[in-house]
Amino acid sequence: MNATLTVFLKEVRENLRDRRTITSALVMGPLLGPFLFVMLMNVIINKQLDKAEKPLKVPVIGAQRAPNLVHALEQYGLVVEPAIQHPEAAVKQQLADVVLRIPASYPKAWNKGDPAQVEVIYDASRRDADTPVKRVKAMLEQYSRTQGAIRLLARGLSPAVSTPVVVAQRDQSTPQSRAGQLFAFMPYFFVVGVFIGGMYLAIDLTAGERERKSLEPLFVNPVARWRILLGKLGATAAFATASLVLSLVAFHLAGYILPTDKLGMSIDLGLGFAGTVLLLMLPLAALFASLQTLVSAFAKSYREAQTYLSILMLLPMLPSMILSFTPVKATNWMYAVPLLGQQLGITELLRGGSVTAVQVALVLVSGFLAALVAVLVTVRVYGSERLAISA
Amino acid sequence: MIEVKDLHKTFGEVKAVDGVSFSARDGEITGLLGPNGAGKTTTLRMLYTLMSPDRGQVLVDGIDPASDPVAVRKRLGVLPDAHGLYKRLTARENIDYFGRLQGMDEALIAQRREELIEALGMGDFAARRTEGFSQGQRVKTAIARALVHGPDHVILDEPTNGLDVMATRAMRAFMRKLRDEGKCVLFSSHIMQEVAALCDRIVVIAHGRVAADASPDQLREQTGESNLEDAFVKIIGTEEGLAA
Repeated sequence: MNATLTVFLKEVRENLRDRRTITSALVMGPLLGPFLFVMLMNVIINKQLDKAEKPLKVPVIGAQRAPNLVHALEQYGLVVEPAIQHPEAAVKQQLADVVLRIPASYPKAWNKGDPAQVEVIYDASRRDADTPVKRVKAMLEQYSRTQGAIRLLARGLSPAVSTPVVVAQRDQSTPQSRAGQLFAFMPYFFVVGVFIGGMYLAIDLTAGERERKSLEPLFVNPVARWRILLGKLGATAAFATASLVLSLVAFHLAGYILPTDKLGMSIDLGLGFAGTVLLLMLPLAALFASLQTLVSAFAKSYREAQTYLSILMLLPMLPSMILSFTPVKATNWMYAVPLLGQQLGITELLRGGSVTAVQVALVLVSGFLAALVAVLVTVRVYGSERLAISA
Repeated sequence: MIEVKDLHKTFGEVKAVDGVSFSARDGEITGLLGPNGAGKTTTLRMLYTLMSPDRGQVLVDGIDPASDPVAVRKRLGVLPDAHGLYKRLTARENIDYFGRLQGMDEALIAQRREELIEALGMGDFAARRTEGFSQGQRVKTAIARALVHGPDHVILDEPTNGLDVMATRAMRAFMRKLRDEGKCVLFSSHIMQEVAALCDRIVVIAHGRVAADASPDQLREQTGESNLEDAFVKIIGTEEGLAA
């Protein structure tokens, strides 16, 4: 039997018997992402639904100064809560999302026909209060417009005079693209799944084997080292791919659980999506396997390898983070950058778009080229005399 | 037949091996005796192609590992100083793995494996995973694994290290059996009594050089000591790093 295949089969068999590898590669790696995802999305979605539908309870200070305004607000759906002391502090301490204050000057200004000031007290850094704040502002503006129109009519003018421009909004987003925006961090879960899936094997098969002093006898067999290495890389990549497949299945199932349609969004995690993601991610399985093995080859012990690899794990986060802060318009060359290409492609798929054959080809070719370079470097390191010496 | 000619190996400033030459003949047990740190392991590592010498040459049946390492490794059965097993595999699976890496077919592997299990007395534990094996069980498994392809040359680095009396006796008997089968057996040790009891030929190494290379009788004659242990100490110049 071919030596590479022998090594591959032995490593797979041995690691399937290891509970730590199984938990990290086939349970934690692929399922942690989807699990966090479902939890997080449920919280976000339920919160937004809550805030949009629930009666809006707002403490109003000085309600007696503007009975008409308060009455109108109540009709729009606002529930007036009793006034509170120190509204600024209450908002800061999250005791209230938003507080409305009608100053003492209000009745006088109103009666004179001057702009009468009302104060909306809120904290813009509190994202969870966004929706109530927006709703209160919208109600106040609506009241202001209505009263303005009544005043114009009373003076014999058409209300249209005061609205020279009307904005008509034509939103081009689709339910899917709105969902895609929300799910921008999903590609990272896939990337991390692949990374964690292979990590323990990469450590175990090089640093671990050296620490357990079995690398030296292994290298005494009449097999070129690069053949042994290829078998080990194959086993690592196979576990990484298995982890990815499980991850895709889990996300597919998660798609059924999430009530995204209630938010006017839809997300397609079907077979077509899964297949394309798998294809796009394959080069990464090979690239990560050899990078992880390379790093483990330099480490003196299992623990040292683990430390190095947790630092290496930050690398795939970069494109996700950069793209979520500064969204870019994807051009074809970006697909030729490993990791960035995957990030863009998967994001595009989530938004309901599609990737072209050229883009897929760019991802695959560049990814596998990078993997090949990494493998060649690893082969060189694997050939070194130092590698096999345990102590 | 293993021939070693003027081997040199330096690690940084340290001259680990500094001009070692000897030969180990078929049908003989050759012992490398020397204190800890004398360069025995490094010499053996150059022999079984894990390291390449800075200078000098190794020949196994006339083949130089520098030009064809794989052919040399095919002829060698090696028990290195570090002989870790795969603890999640059974003893049998450990042996089979190396048999397959040697390129043997499954039927031959099974036959050789069972012969070795019999010869080494491993029947009780061969089906168990090697995690939790005693030192003796581990060494036996490692030897079976190293010899599954029936090599003509057997290299053992400190094979009795850490073994109890019974296991040591079994190991020595096994080495004699290999010799009687006509194999070239080369082993290293820092235990004088062991080398004296086993070897047809003794190569004494100290400070990276060969201090003596002779049969036990010749060594006694050369030094004028009737006791081999005294002869060793006289040759090396110190008792440090040796064990009776």
